[in-house]
Amino acid sequence: MEIFLTYLKVFVIGGFVCLLGQLLINFTKLTSARILVVFLLLGLVLESVGLFEPIKQFAKAGATIPITGFGANLARGAIEGVKEKGLFGALTGGIQAGAMGISIAIFVGFVIALVSRPHTK
Amino acid sequence: MKLEGNEKKEYLDFVRKNSPRTKHLNTLIKAFVLGGIICCIGQGISDLIRHFFPVYDEKTVSGYTLTIIIIITGILTGFGIYDKIGNWGGAGSIVPITGFANSIVSPAIERKTEGVVLGVCDNMFTIAGPVIVIGISASIVVGLIYWLIGVL
Amino acid sequence: MMKNRTIFFQKPVCIAETATIAGPKEGEGPLRNYFHNILSNDILGQKSFERAEIKMHIYVIKNLLNRMRLTEDDIDCVFCGDLLDEIIGCNYTMREFDIPFMGLYNACATFGEALIIGSTMINAGYMKKVICSTTSHFSTAERQYRYPLELGSQRTPLSQWTVTGAGCSLLTADDTSRIKIVAGTLGRVVDYGVADANDMGAAMAPAAMDTIVAHFKDTGRNPDYYDLIVTGDLGHSGSRILQKLVKDKGYDLGDNYTDCGILIYNREGQDVMQGGSGACCCNLVFNSYIYSQLKRGKLKKVLFIPTGALVSKVSSLQGETIPAIAHAVDIEVL
Repeated sequence: MEIFLTYLKVFVIGGFVCLLGQLLINFTKLTSARILVVFLLLGLVLESVGLFEPIKQFAKAGATIPITGFGANLARGAIEGVKEKGLFGALTGGIQAGAMGISIAIFVGFVIALVSRPHTK
Repeated sequence: MKLEGNEKKEYLDFVRKNSPRTKHLNTLIKAFVLGGIICCIGQGISDLIRHFFPVYDEKTVSGYTLTIIIIITGILTGFGIYDKIGNWGGAGSIVPITGFANSIVSPAIERKTEGVVLGVCDNMFTIAGPVIVIGISASIVVGLIYWLIGVL
Repeated sequence: MMKNRTIFFQKPVCIAETATIAGPKEGEGPLRNYFHNILSNDILGQKSFERAEIKMHIYVIKNLLNRMRLTEDDIDCVFCGDLLDEIIGCNYTMREFDIPFMGLYNACATFGEALIIGSTMINAGYMKKVICSTTSHFSTAERQYRYPLELGSQRTPLSQWTVTGAGCSLLTADDTSRIKIVAGTLGRVVDYGVADANDMGAAMAPAAMDTIVAHFKDTGRNPDYYDLIVTGDLGHSGSRILQKLVKDKGYDLGDNYTDCGILIYNREGQDVMQGGSGACCCNLVFNSYIYSQLKRGKLKKVLFIPTGALVSKVSSLQGETIPAIAHAVDIEVL
């Protein structure tokens, strides 16, 4: 039962965040790139003011899987970096936290591009 | 011949009124469903990792979850399946981190015809570039603000 | 003779024969029985979609020459264009032929431009046989103007599907066929301030209206003079806008009006939103379906108006609106 409730929360919150994105697509002329940035910043700002943690506790993957989670990661990395290393941490903490996502995306992108080709539409 | 002023506004209003309506309910529901499913898959992957490797801390679990999701997205993009999913689910495929991964892999695949260095590598960030630039810049701003608050 | 914007050919120019090759999606559409050739895939074993587009173009010109038992020496010039940067597709296509070449660009109105210029050269007595052709390819246009092919973006209701195909017409000074180009009305650049690169129909409709109205004024005719008035690729929404714009100028485009972008695909079954577009959209429809109807006598007078939106990759990003152009060609069975 608990598992079901957890997954239900994940589904609803995750779906809701995407629904917000779809509203942006439908009602504005925002393109993919801009939507990615909007949600990234949303997560980043929420984490900066401390509001992202409670949402994450509640919704788990529903909050972390959307790119808002990645933005929140970057912010938390910067904040923790400041705590540990002062100014140096402020400058490097963010990218360190995002390192996994960025490096994997680059590597996977590179490898997949080498072995596949565009398809007929 | 260039239309200006009121006449231009009248034409643009007419065009807007006569444009086919986006099927709002339809697209919103699909985005919700697809987004929810992708998040549940992510949750499932995290839970599996925690189950088999209870020693990992949260950061490691989420890091590996991200890795697996990005790999899956890359494969789906490489097989020409992800764009069909995206056309169906709209924001449901863009907003999750899968959208970020897809936006790196897709231009890379396409530009293979221009060679590995100048084709694939040069173009990987045509869509995702802003995410990285703005994400890192914003994180530095946040870091600096926190540092200044700590200092003052 | 030229009156205002319309050239009246003293000796109407013959469209002796046509050749077309269509992509797989077009080959599943309503006009599949009219295309001379249909491809089973759109990469044609080539390393890139650009090379596939070039291969289609070469094929269609060779096909026309073979069927008419002509050699390259018989052709005085090829007038052609496509949607690729620097019309590079045409450049590499014409590298395979020893025929004089004049490359043209008016976006999706290029075929109309080619027909008028080719006819003018023949009518002036300088040339005897010319080929007018265009190509377009969904994958090359998409990657150049819009998004990477594998990107998971959603198509909007106003978007159009770029046609994959190549087509050409052989224009001659003699009377090989009774299908003749009688007149051509030159378009001018018209910009009604549409900035949405996803709504080409609304951007192009004013240009089509401008040329159509000029044509009727110059010829003194009415829409009902023609059995068929057909625009290039305004799509469903764009053609409705055109009908209203033309009506405001005092002419009624009735049941004899349609659009090539609407004709080429099956809207319900093929998920193409507004319909087809691309430099080869009007070309494929004209050189297959419309030409065969003219040959059978089912159509006797056609006003053919290819339309083109004049954008570049950066113009939209730099905040520019979308100007457009349309050329009208009067084709009759004489």
